[in-house]
Amino acid sequence: MSVWEYIVDLFVNVRTDWIEWLQGFNLASSLIILLDSLIGIILMLIFVFPIVIIFIWLERRFIAWMQLRPGPNRCGPFGLLQPIADAIKTLIKELIMPAKGDKLVHWLAPVVLFFSGLMLFAVIPIGKGHLGALADLNIGILYIVAIGSLSVTAIFMAGWSSNNKYALLGAMRAVAQLVSYEVPMVLSIVGVVLIVGSLQMSEIVGQQSYPFILVQPLGCFIYFIGAMAELNRSPMDQIEAESELTTGYFTEYSGMKFATFFLGEYISTLAIATIVTTLFLGGWKGPFLPVWFWFVFKVFAVFLVILWMRATLIRVRIDQIMAFSWKFLLPMALINIFITAAEVLIWDKWMSGWESFPWPFIFVNWAIAVVLILLWSKIFFKLGGGRVEVGEVRPGYSQGYGADLQAPVS
Amino acid sequence: MTELAFWVIAIVLVSSALAVVLLRNVFRAALLLIVCFFGVAALYITLNADFLAAAQVLIYAGAIGILLLFAIMLTRDLHSGNPFHRLHLPALVLSLLLLATIIGVVIGTDWTTISEVPQVVEMPLDEPTTSYIAIALFDQDNGFVLPFEIASVLLLAALIGAVVLVRREGKD
Repeated sequence: MSVWEYIVDLFVNVRTDWIEWLQGFNLASSLIILLDSLIGIILMLIFVFPIVIIFIWLERRFIAWMQLRPGPNRCGPFGLLQPIADAIKTLIKELIMPAKGDKLVHWLAPVVLFFSGLMLFAVIPIGKGHLGALADLNIGILYIVAIGSLSVTAIFMAGWSSNNKYALLGAMRAVAQLVSYEVPMVLSIVGVVLIVGSLQMSEIVGQQSYPFILVQPLGCFIYFIGAMAELNRSPMDQIEAESELTTGYFTEYSGMKFATFFLGEYISTLAIATIVTTLFLGGWKGPFLPVWFWFVFKVFAVFLVILWMRATLIRVRIDQIMAFSWKFLLPMALINIFITAAEVLIWDKWMSGWESFPWPFIFVNWAIAVVLILLWSKIFFKLGGGRVEVGEVRPGYSQGYGADLQAPVS
Repeated sequence: MTELAFWVIAIVLVSSALAVVLLRNVFRAALLLIVCFFGVAALYITLNADFLAAAQVLIYAGAIGILLLFAIMLTRDLHSGNPFHRLHLPALVLSLLLLATIIGVVIGTDWTTISEVPQVVEMPLDEPTTSYIAIALFDQDNGFVLPFEIASVLLLAALIGAVVLVRREGKD
């Protein structure tokens, strides 16, 4: 094997050599599995943390560039050392604990969020075959959906234990929003699973001789927007809206605990970018260059789109954000499942030779996606864009959303 | 290895379950209940039931746990611990009856090994269960397609009913 061949699929080759080396020692098979997962976890962390640090730098510089300002440019060349300076600054800050809060839960919440994001990487394939992912589960996608629902618990723990009304309001919004967006998100994955016929991540990448965004434009669109809401990123960051809730559920967090929350959010963002890459953009597949290069390249492309949306779109109002999930994304996701199911049936019956590049389906699906989005958004805005009207305004009460819940204005 | 995993999981599971019942702080009890759900999922994994484990985490730890936390948050006077209760005697009788039933079932069951249990679908052990569950559930000859559909329609009706109930008619 030449050096180039070794580098092309670095992750898998390092792991294969490690397992072969371990097998020379006549160890018990369970011990080999344990040591193999150990090296897998280390390799994964080597992959995750540098990218997260670059993400933090990129977010500030890229958005600054979009908004025609210099951004952080004092620490090192191009401000590259800024994330490290920020990390040291937050580490040496005082840890403040609300007096009547739940200390244990307050301490535990960032840890839960951090690890629920990190656990997602276990099934993401960054190399060829079964060894490409840390654990190539048969239920890969289902595992991602299940672990992804954990972040709600962490946010809720933070909001509750802070004993602060802004934090609790943020947590309530978090539960409402995250639970709503999880439904269309999960349903949009079903299209991919129907085409592939497996929940296994390596299988999903293996069958993508063309990126699935071509046959699943609607699914990709819905998953991406749902993921933005799951990540509490602008324009869906109602949960931590600074101007209304003073950053919501982590109002009472400072120092290291705040940094852990912050890092956890970036890890989740990276996880979502890798999932979008794996499901819709062909994962590690790509011509000529090493597979890990293609993977990282696509992940960064997805992240830049996320940043682009943050830099250009304004925050959605809380009543609109719920309506957008239930009245816009959910019906579209259901329609997508119906169309994909019908196409899979047609595919199996009459089009056995089309697996490599089914251009009729690509054409039809893109046409359907564009027409549906245009038509549905027109209807959606005609019906008020999901605006919630709360009764009539009584004299002495302030006007607006939730006006009937407020105390009279004196 | 599996045995060691079983004992670790069992200790975590039983202690968290006990804590759920004994803790005065309802919020922490609910969090420990989520830990308990995770323990059950881990037990499923040691039994090679991968699909069931993921479904357990998704539905119980994800959905039902959050629902519980939400219900707790909307409950009043939480800082004084568990809600006040007066019905000590009926509660004692009911829980004793429940305990007796569980003990009766545990003693009465013939704990045979897996291979002797009548199987719905022929399935080798140590294999991914997803497709076999699908066959058992949706098989055209002896599957459960109709009950499955009826259950989903029932849930949908419950959902719509809940929406109708909380929706106010006209003014106030």
